[in-house]
Amino acid sequence: MHVFLIRRLLAAVPVIVVVTVFVFALLHLAPGDPAAIIAGDLATAEDVAKIRAKLGLDQPLLIQFFTWIGQLLHGDLGNSIFSAHPVSELIAQRLEPTVTLTVMTLFISVLLAVPLGVIAAWRVGSWIDRSVMGFAVFGFSVPGFVIGYVLIWVFAIELDWLPVQGYTPLAKGFWPWLSNIILPSVTLALAYMALIARITRASMLETLSQDYIRTAHAKGLATRDVLMGHALRNAAVPIVTVIGIGVALLIGGVVVTESVFAIPGLGRLTVDAILRRDYPVIQGIILVFSGAYVVVNLVVDMLYTVLDPRIRY
Amino acid sequence: MTAATATAAVSVTPRARTGFAAFLRRHPTVAIGGALLVAIVLASLAAPWLATVDPISINPSQRLRSPSADHWFGTDRFGRDLYSRVIYGGRVSLVVGLSVAGLATLIGLAIGLVSGYLRAVDVVVMRVMDGMMAIPAIMLAIALIALSKASIFIVIVAVTLPEVPRVVRLVRSIVLTIREQPYIEAATAIGTSVPRIMLRHLLPNALPPLIVQATYICASAVLIEAALSFLGAGTPPEVPSWGNIMAEARPYFQLKPAMVLLPGVFLAVTVLAINLVGDGLRDMLDPRLARRM
Repeated sequence: MHVFLIRRLLAAVPVIVVVTVFVFALLHLAPGDPAAIIAGDLATAEDVAKIRAKLGLDQPLLIQFFTWIGQLLHGDLGNSIFSAHPVSELIAQRLEPTVTLTVMTLFISVLLAVPLGVIAAWRVGSWIDRSVMGFAVFGFSVPGFVIGYVLIWVFAIELDWLPVQGYTPLAKGFWPWLSNIILPSVTLALAYMALIARITRASMLETLSQDYIRTAHAKGLATRDVLMGHALRNAAVPIVTVIGIGVALLIGGVVVTESVFAIPGLGRLTVDAILRRDYPVIQGIILVFSGAYVVVNLVVDMLYTVLDPRIRY
Repeated sequence: MTAATATAAVSVTPRARTGFAAFLRRHPTVAIGGALLVAIVLASLAAPWLATVDPISINPSQRLRSPSADHWFGTDRFGRDLYSRVIYGGRVSLVVGLSVAGLATLIGLAIGLVSGYLRAVDVVVMRVMDGMMAIPAIMLAIALIALSKASIFIVIVAVTLPEVPRVVRLVRSIVLTIREQPYIEAATAIGTSVPRIMLRHLLPNALPPLIVQATYICASAVLIEAALSFLGAGTPPEVPSWGNIMAEARPYFQLKPAMVLLPGVFLAVTVLAINLVGDGLRDMLDPRLARRM
């Protein structure tokens, strides 16, 4: 297990290196002078020179890269061009709403989508199966911001059950917090649920055709026990894999959803940073998001051996 | 158990011999998706004739009007006709969707073929692809666009880049399973060149799943373009696209929900239609994959 752990950790290193090089290169890949673009149309030559010096763009490329890496290793993501605050501080301030939103979404999605997929596979071809598959196509197709506005329109404006927008920290009370986070989480969950329900159904169909499932039925086990204990357990690896890969989808959705619901999280920070062309902030957020993705998928890989003891690395 | 056998039985029934009409009857959703898609494409092509007013003409005396006989979807904050803007907006979505699907598939195919066939290249390429896939697609596109002047071309490039690794992985996995087949060995033995093996033997095998993948990429590209425009990092504001029409209507959502919801419905229906056609192609071209999904 320890050997596996270390090997898996080492395998994540090249991914992180590629991400870092890529994020660094982004600034230089873009056509034209990045300093001039960041400065905007109204900037004077002096402003441009100032930004160039601030970002170290006047240095040779390799020196720029290693200075940047050196700072990263010290946890220094640079300073915002717009507010001069350290990027790491800006990100830390916005972390809570985003983490709340993603965890809540993950919770809702897994709790609803896995049972839906199991039932669809169990009753394959039935109206339940067809509705679940229909829902899956729907969930993939309707963009998060459209769903978000429909939900706001129905539940916040017409019915007036939930607040339209905003975010309240958990520290200010459970209900105010929950009522604000329900609609955005459901919005974000739909696409993710579609993904999980679909793979659960597919994986369950595969396992349900195995001989040991017939044996389990034959020896008189209750259907529920066969489905949950035997079939789902064996179908779990692809499902967990997709849950991990889907985190990328979730992160992309966070940016849009937070914008629709005016949640002051990392997504909002991203949008503000784009509008201000605050490049160090954008780079910092990409690094944090990608890091989160790599860590989640590392955890998923570790889960394989727990879920399926036959898997040995 | 019986149920699972039933699906297996369905997927082995010969599809090639049954006609196109029979296929559509068996998959009514594909027929609906296809019909919708044709309608959307035709409407976008015919936009200059379908639109009632020039989509960018400003009319300050007619601002924020509700839907009426003159302005079917109402007007926006500059008095521009929303119906005409929505009809024109379809053009951006379709151009971006098709260009990204084509570009990402071609680039991914080239990299995937080489990477799957040449071991030395493979190690490096796959690490780069893993890294690219760790960056969420929208974030990657945002970063690229934030550094360039907004234009549809930049949007296409920025949306294509994150889609490429998905195609590379698909092509590579197909190449890896096929390259060990005896007929490839035979081709190598009689001295067929590597590029020729790729074009004559590997490409035809990769094509059916690739076409299906391209359809899904098209749907995803339409979604990402709309999301980028909605966030203000996509299609420039002077070109109407469904995303930026929605973005401009946002401040008035509580007063006039239709301003936001109508372009949203068009967007959702388009993506749904593309996905349904994709599912149909998948069932038609790759029954094995159909069963797995």
